[in-house]
Amino acid sequence: MKAIVSVIGKDKKGIIAKVSNILYENDINIEDISQTIMQDYFTMIMMVSISANSDVTKLSDILTKTGEELGVTIRVQHEDIFNAMHKL
Amino acid sequence: MINNKEIFETIQMINQQHLDVRTTTLGISLLDCICDSPKRTAEKVYDKITKSAKNLVKTANDLASELGIPIVNKRVSVTPVSLITANNGGHLEVIRALDKAANEIGIDFLGGYSALVHKGMTEYEKQFIMSIPEALATTGKVCSSVNVGSTKTGINMDAVALMGKIIRECAEKTADKDSLACAKLVVFCNAVEDNPFMAGAFHGVGENDLTLNVGVSGPGVVKHALESVNGDLVQVAEKIKETAFKITRVGSLVCRETAKRLGVNCGIVDLSLAPTPVMGDSVAHILEEIGLESVGACGTTACLAMLNDAVKKGGIMASSAVGGLSGAFIPVSEDAGMIRATECGDLNIEKLEAMTCVCSVGLDMIAIPGDTPAEVISGIIADESAIGMVNMKTTAVRVIPVIGKGVGDYAEFGGLLGHAPIIAVNKNSPLKFIQRGGRIPAPLHSLKN
Repeated sequence: MKAIVSVIGKDKKGIIAKVSNILYENDINIEDISQTIMQDYFTMIMMVSISANSDVTKLSDILTKTGEELGVTIRVQHEDIFNAMHKL
Repeated sequence: MINNKEIFETIQMINQQHLDVRTTTLGISLLDCICDSPKRTAEKVYDKITKSAKNLVKTANDLASELGIPIVNKRVSVTPVSLITANNGGHLEVIRALDKAANEIGIDFLGGYSALVHKGMTEYEKQFIMSIPEALATTGKVCSSVNVGSTKTGINMDAVALMGKIIRECAEKTADKDSLACAKLVVFCNAVEDNPFMAGAFHGVGENDLTLNVGVSGPGVVKHALESVNGDLVQVAEKIKETAFKITRVGSLVCRETAKRLGVNCGIVDLSLAPTPVMGDSVAHILEEIGLESVGACGTTACLAMLNDAVKKGGIMASSAVGGLSGAFIPVSEDAGMIRATECGDLNIEKLEAMTCVCSVGLDMIAIPGDTPAEVISGIIADESAIGMVNMKTTAVRVIPVIGKGVGDYAEFGGLLGHAPIIAVNKNSPLKFIQRGGRIPAPLHSLKN
């Protein structure tokens, strides 16, 4: 499945390195990555592909915990929710 | 390809504006559980629910985790129990089985301890209704509803008179919990068969064996979206439609996917804007954002009419399976803005009644003085039913006469049910009107001026 990994918060060193490493360890390929400032928030968005047998809930828990350590919010969400809301 | 702005908007809606899927409700037909013996019926009811809805909570939680959106409540609605126990009288056996099943599968509420008596009330239905106070006082998760009128049949005033007494009895039996049983009982006119929201959910006899219905929410999202609108009311309505569209698309996705994973029929998305007591999740605050100093001000009914209509228009574009109640709920105890307005006297029961002429449901979660007589409660039900009957819409009454408390006191229900200041009710007696009984004939469907 395609998913969106988003990191929102205060920019600091090592965010991309840490998140990329977790994704690599979980056999997840990053297809696209961008970062920008949105409404005063540092926002990094990754489009990733996750294999069908991956445990998304477990991955989500790991990323949430890493986010807490880095002082940012990290989410992984199936792309369907964004498509449903914004695409006809 | 979705752009970053859209991704950010969705995340902010969920994270900051309390966007969630309020409920996934699995409707289960109990028609195949009817037996001669109450004990056997109760066993079959328990088995069917625990088997059919075994995976409901896990499936919803997994999907919530994958999509990154909270699915707050997981619920079950069943065929009106008065039909299941018609030939065996096992009402209390069945409600205990329902409550046990609800606890077993880990859902928060189960609806359908219900009777449909909008035209006539049989003896077994009367017995069933009289079991409601005992049933609700001795169980935790089961909700009850009674349909006393419809546009096609008129209003069954014998049932209205009885329900006034039943609500009082429910209040008295749970006096130690601020009359909590009344919060689990709704009296309807024009009840719908696919409503996923509690306390009024039941699984209609015209439905499939198993059907998944979803109730979306998002008052906070609508309020936030309106903060950036400085234009006229057409632009306000347009923004509400646009927001309702996005919310409904999420609900539709959750409905389809949950139904697929459970292997059941995908039912409807209910578009209702359902508030919670949390700050930033209030329907009253939307009305105030449109331009009222406080909900309850002159202009409130007009703002609510526009809000309700725009939500439906946006939602209808987003899903072909819109149903249930679909509108803006105004439950007083569950909405921070409504609580504030009733506390300081800006909103009274008469204005709330006017608002129900144009909003989704009715007088909902309103705490009234504990000494309110049964016939006054029946009068409230009759008024609200008349609004529903004449306007061809669903209306409902969920009032709580809080035993031992009066105007100025508070009722505390806890959790999603919130808390409410007790508000005054007109004390003039409608006793003679209520005692007449019979039926208010169905209204004319032409000459509509």
